[in-house]
Amino acid sequence: MDISSIFYAIITMGVLGFVFSAGLSIASKKLSVKEDPRITKIIDLLPGANCGACGYAGCAAMAEALVSGKAEPANCPVANSENLSKIAEILGLEVTEKERKVAVVLCQGDTNNQKKKAEYLGVQTCLAAHLVGGGPRACNWGCIGYGDCIRACPFDAIHMSENGLPVVDREKCTGCGKCVEACPRNIIELHPISRHVFVLCKNRDNPKLARSVCKTACISCGICERATGGKGFKVINNLAEVDYDLYTKEPVLPTDKCPTKCIVIVGNPGET
Amino acid sequence: MNLLLIFISAAVVNNYVLTYFLGLCPFVGVSKKIGPAVSMGLATTFVMTMTATVTWLIYHLILVPLKLEFLQIVSFILVIASLVQLVEMFVRKVSKPLYDALGIYLPLITTNCAILGLALFMVMKQYDFIEGIIFGFGAGAGFTLAIVIMAGIRTQLELADVPEPFKGAGITMITAGCLALAFMGFAGLI
Repeated sequence: MDISSIFYAIITMGVLGFVFSAGLSIASKKLSVKEDPRITKIIDLLPGANCGACGYAGCAAMAEALVSGKAEPANCPVANSENLSKIAEILGLEVTEKERKVAVVLCQGDTNNQKKKAEYLGVQTCLAAHLVGGGPRACNWGCIGYGDCIRACPFDAIHMSENGLPVVDREKCTGCGKCVEACPRNIIELHPISRHVFVLCKNRDNPKLARSVCKTACISCGICERATGGKGFKVINNLAEVDYDLYTKEPVLPTDKCPTKCIVIVGNPGET
Repeated sequence: MNLLLIFISAAVVNNYVLTYFLGLCPFVGVSKKIGPAVSMGLATTFVMTMTATVTWLIYHLILVPLKLEFLQIVSFILVIASLVQLVEMFVRKVSKPLYDALGIYLPLITTNCAILGLALFMVMKQYDFIEGIIFGFGAGAGFTLAIVIMAGIRTQLELADVPEPFKGAGITMITAGCLALAFMGFAGLI
């Protein structure tokens, strides 16, 4: 074998490659399938995260469902309203303005507030800790603090605070609900962005027990219910709940009335 | 007579799937129902026959005269990839349901080792042009035979009471093994 075979090799493969690619490009013209051009446009407008929050396998499947009329643009909880209205325009639909939902962590039991129950040396996930004795923190209802929600978030919108409590970035959060599914204690919920008043506790134990495990537990004293005349808060099964139908967007209750400070204003009023 | 011998040898005695264990991916993946299995077999047969034809031409008319035999794998892969693209476009154009049914396994014919294996065996056995084509067609027919038999068995298995640990992939592998044993019986045929 001499050096010229290198050149022969290059030329041969080049020519072969060219011939085949030319053949294929002709074939792709001849055999092209007329796909609905709207599908590609819609795929571009969808977020492309393939998170599956709409219930379809991915953004491409969602786009096909949109074009065939099986889905509505509002089924995608992730895309911003600007892109959704563009999609609706392509499909010739009236867009219904839907309020953005964000995840809210309904617990304040970080390592400062929540008592420590035991040393936990098992698998470092909330799910595992929840299954074997509930992890190191004392409250059986609150945050375990191993960040399953953070790992579940496809948008990097949840971070762990210094004291071990997940914090939602309300601007980045798209409301896809992955963290809600991931949390074994169900302390993360999706709420419309206009809601700002929350009872940040899920503990339904009796007041004494609740208070003994966490400084910021709801002790179902009922002061919130009395202060609002029953129109805004209700204590049900040892836990205060906000009645968002009656509660207006403006907070009427001074949150400092709550003795354990578990009624909190989350986010800034007026954010969208 | 010689051609018939080559055909039977490639299709039955040295069946690619059940004797050489090449191309198991589509064999397991598309053998749930008989319909798609037949289509997959036909698509593979087409690609195999075309591959045998084109690679024979390329090998004997281009690579051998230029003393570039060492390029055989590269150029064969090029041929196979292009042919599979062609088949994919064709299937998509002709039948969208079939395209959906074959799914990922259609482009995966590209990486189906049975097809590259076919091209390399053909060179190794020094067939002439006609023999090469028959060899490719026989291999495809053998693949079709194997995948259709497998699909038939699996549709029957749907109704069978398979023990819990063997469900799914387990029973499929056991079935494939039994089939391969059965095909060993053809070894004395030629």
